[in-house]
Amino acid sequence: MVDSNLSFVRSEMLQEQTPPLAERGAVKWMRTNLFATPVDTALTIFALLLIAWFLPPMIRWLFIEAVWTGPDRSVCSTVAQGGIQPDGWSGACWAYVNANFNQFMYGRYPIEEHWRVNLVGIMFVLLLIPLLIPKVPYKVANAVTFFFIFPIVAFFLLVGGWFGLSYVETPLWGGLLVTLVISFVGICVSLPLGIVLALGRRSKMPIIKMFCVIFIETIRGIPLITVLFMASYMLPLFLPPGVTFDKLLRALIGVALFASAYMAEVVRGGLQAIPKGQYEGADSLGLGYWQKTRLIILPQALKLVIPSIVNTFIGLFKDTSLVTIISMFDLLGTVRQHFSDANWASPQTPMSGLIFAGFVFWIFCFGMSRYSIFMENRLDTGHKR
Amino acid sequence: MASQDITPVGRDSAKVSILYDPKIRGYIFQAVAVLVIAGFGYWIVNNTITNLQRARLASGFGFLDGRSGFDISSSPYLTYSSDSTYLQALWVGILNTLTVAFVGIITATIIGFIIGIGRLSHNWLIRKICTVYVEVFRNVPPLLVIFFWYSGVLSVLPQARQSIGLPFNTFLNNRGFFFPAPVFGDGAWLAGVGLLVGIAGTFLVRRWAYKRQMATGQQFPVGWTALGLIVGLPLLALAVKGFPLSFDYPVLGAFNLKGGMQVGPEFMSLYLALSFYTASFIAEIVRAGIRGVGKGQSEAAHALGLRAGPTTRLVVVPQAMRIIIPPLTSQYLNLTKNSSLAVAIGYPDLVAVGGTILNQTNRSIEVVAIWLVVYLSISVLTSLFMNWFNAKMALVER
Amino acid sequence: MKNIVLKGALAASALVLLANAASAATLDDVKKKGFLQCGVNTGLAGFASPNDKGEWSGFDVDYCRAVAAAIFGDGTKVKFTPLSAKDRLPALQSGEIDVLIRNTTWTLSRDEQGFDFPGVNYYDGQGFMINSKKLSGINSALQLSGASVCVQAGTTTELNLADYFKANKMEYNPVVFEKLEEVNAAYDSGRCDAYTTDQSGLYSIRLTLSAPDDHVVLPEIISKEPLGPAVRQGDSQWADVVRWTHYALLTAEELGITKANVEELSKGDSPEVKRVLGQEAGTKLGTDLGLTNDWVVNIIKAVGNYGEIFDKNIGAGSPLKIARGINAQWSKGGLQYAMPIR
Repeated sequence: MVDSNLSFVRSEMLQEQTPPLAERGAVKWMRTNLFATPVDTALTIFALLLIAWFLPPMIRWLFIEAVWTGPDRSVCSTVAQGGIQPDGWSGACWAYVNANFNQFMYGRYPIEEHWRVNLVGIMFVLLLIPLLIPKVPYKVANAVTFFFIFPIVAFFLLVGGWFGLSYVETPLWGGLLVTLVISFVGICVSLPLGIVLALGRRSKMPIIKMFCVIFIETIRGIPLITVLFMASYMLPLFLPPGVTFDKLLRALIGVALFASAYMAEVVRGGLQAIPKGQYEGADSLGLGYWQKTRLIILPQALKLVIPSIVNTFIGLFKDTSLVTIISMFDLLGTVRQHFSDANWASPQTPMSGLIFAGFVFWIFCFGMSRYSIFMENRLDTGHKR
Repeated sequence: MASQDITPVGRDSAKVSILYDPKIRGYIFQAVAVLVIAGFGYWIVNNTITNLQRARLASGFGFLDGRSGFDISSSPYLTYSSDSTYLQALWVGILNTLTVAFVGIITATIIGFIIGIGRLSHNWLIRKICTVYVEVFRNVPPLLVIFFWYSGVLSVLPQARQSIGLPFNTFLNNRGFFFPAPVFGDGAWLAGVGLLVGIAGTFLVRRWAYKRQMATGQQFPVGWTALGLIVGLPLLALAVKGFPLSFDYPVLGAFNLKGGMQVGPEFMSLYLALSFYTASFIAEIVRAGIRGVGKGQSEAAHALGLRAGPTTRLVVVPQAMRIIIPPLTSQYLNLTKNSSLAVAIGYPDLVAVGGTILNQTNRSIEVVAIWLVVYLSISVLTSLFMNWFNAKMALVER
Repeated sequence: MKNIVLKGALAASALVLLANAASAATLDDVKKKGFLQCGVNTGLAGFASPNDKGEWSGFDVDYCRAVAAAIFGDGTKVKFTPLSAKDRLPALQSGEIDVLIRNTTWTLSRDEQGFDFPGVNYYDGQGFMINSKKLSGINSALQLSGASVCVQAGTTTELNLADYFKANKMEYNPVVFEKLEEVNAAYDSGRCDAYTTDQSGLYSIRLTLSAPDDHVVLPEIISKEPLGPAVRQGDSQWADVVRWTHYALLTAEELGITKANVEELSKGDSPEVKRVLGQEAGTKLGTDLGLTNDWVVNIIKAVGNYGEIFDKNIGAGSPLKIARGINAQWSKGGLQYAMPIR
């Protein structure tokens, strides 16, 4: 007899159970991410201690104890230092940044002419944003405006002396204005110059190649500061007597030459990555050297190295801070110049000013690096090996 | 006929004009370039000489033998005074550049490897901390980091009278970091001998252990033995001679702490800034290098029965190094070049000393030429060494 | 090798050099331009510093105005070029500026390098400043053995410092910076025990420190620093204009001619005053100099006499409160001695 009622086969599915407490939600996340092994646990505890040691004092200094507004140094110094704060007080002196904010942005650019700088800034942003967003059309027209028309307009606006605008000499420029002018000109000059140098280095003409190699390797072998010293001390010697150069222009030449050597190496990397078939294909179509380079090689090569180009831009942007060493006042230089301002000299001033300057630099550089990652992902087509 | 038509046209076009021959064009182009550059060079040299004449400046490197007349704050290797020559001053500068570059490279490499490996950790917290570190330091100018240490941290330390006392009789104040200087008495040379013997012994033990492992498969704790030899032998030597070693402790003088050894805040901030800044780049290189080693490699190593430690040491790291070394070289060179930022905080490196000489003697061309030669030599030598090291590490294929 | 190249090209450019050596008449150029281009310090309180609006004031600045007033009868027809220590002489050499009035020390080598120094408007010397609150026992530079001393790199100051400590067999630790602001900041933050530069500079810098009253300037003067205007060599007419502007300022003080009473005195009857102020009948003193005969009146109206300039900018009437000392008139035991205007 077969007991038909007896069955070892389950006919319906069991209700799905929630995983045990230790295997779900925050607990699981913590178990796998923080306490996976004893070593991990130790590391987590170490990291927590580090944060506990570091973060609260930092927040206290940056925000809680910080002074946001005030007329002069007294708000940022303790009684013993001749101020109003209780002894032992330590906090960021944002009042100093607040009071000198205009200086940090424009330097000694005349206040009634600030609108000119602002106008250039607005034009810059309005032209840059559509250029950065891939979906916006008219890229070529946009780029031409941005890289050719805009600099000319900006030059006339900033320098003045035409159309009833008063002339503002460059020693009055300062702060973020100088930082951005040097970086923008450096970027605009170094990319084309770098491409030319890279093509020259890959050229089959030995003399051209030699000149390019010597230039690139010399510049890359020496620190920027020596290039800037050269530009500011030796350029006047190289010119005919009586011819003088604007100091800002000297720095611009130095920075642009320096950046173009690095740019050349980046572009060369792109050129080398283009398969030989592309060159041969272009040749077989009967394209001349410049047509081939312009239509076939460069578009592919540049696309490949966009992230590296942006990295070079970031480097260039950071390097502009070195002009403070040759007595020009970019953002960092202006901030530092005001440390010794008798109105604001206090023990908290340098740190506050430097953190502010660092934050501004950081925003620009971080933004650029994020954009480069975005572009890298977007352009990640073809040539993947 | 079509075929007859085509051939002559092709031939003809080749003969149309030599101007269209790429080779000839190349020659013409190069000749023009040479002329332009030579003309430009002549113009520059001519202007320079005119200007030098007008300003009644002399030229040539003879001035290097002259008395410098200025003092340099930090000259750890050479005895230098204001009676020394400009050339000696430059040597002090070069040695200072090399010193800060050397210790900076070592520290940056250590921090960079720790952070880079930390970014690949399974531990979320560690990973995030390391990411924050990298993103912060990578995106600010190195000069700002130097100023951060110099003006923000070190110059707000207390005065000499209120020095912060640290363990082992070391002190920290706004004049720098002070620590006891060892003073060697009679017989201390034996410790040096002990050290040398220890190092030599380590090499011998390592060779022997390798041979033994090849032959028997048994391992030998080389690391511990080496530590014992290198630390133990000099200690033993000192003990034999009855510890002829005393320390010169820093004590408060009229102006500052006296005695002992002193590291100025200029050196410290430059060293810390260069290390921290460069470490963020090295960390990214290390991360990319380790990720570049296929997962299969470590899985295979595990399958062979290697534990985590040996897997990393014997399988992952040697392969990762091949990816890491070339970009690491350029970071080392960057650090060396960035050490020239010393001029901003008054550490007497090559650029700072050169700048002083430039101002004192007005020999801008000569000083800049010296800068170029020294930095280019450092670059070339570092590249050569790293290329040699890279070749040693490169994949040896059968 | 380099030398050979340089010498070769040097011979080739000899002709060019001769052409360049001929000097232009700066006075005519300035008159044609309509203003004087004057090189001044980038910012040394009391001597030359701009305010928030970019208006310049100071001792050297008033000298620039005096020269402009002598030429144009108007002390405002002057433009200022702030120059660092390194850039100042090249800027004068290249013609970027007409006259350099930027506390520049008159030395033989500079005089030989194509410059002329028409006079000394401030007799200075290198000194030391210390924080008397922290170093209360110290009242002489000879007690500074073992100190850290802040100094600007690449200056004569740096060399004098080394010589002084060597000569007195003292040790010191130099803390050098490229830029003046950096030296100031380092000293203010307590990086060094003493600060050395020209005494006038010390007084000026003291004002910008966070606690000026804590700092004292030590009495020792370790060098001679005669500061004065500089012009390009080979243009004696232009040098004369600057030189006699200086003497006019001194003479006016000597004769008691001030900004307030110059109008009145020019109508008075003291023969000497009348001569100096160009009121003598048929005088050609001013026109011979290439100026107008009432040039001294114009100078004094624009800036006042030497004593007034001194007091207002750096002396008793200023925050610097520098004593006249050796800059007093010769008749009062100082070194300022004007050649007679006659």
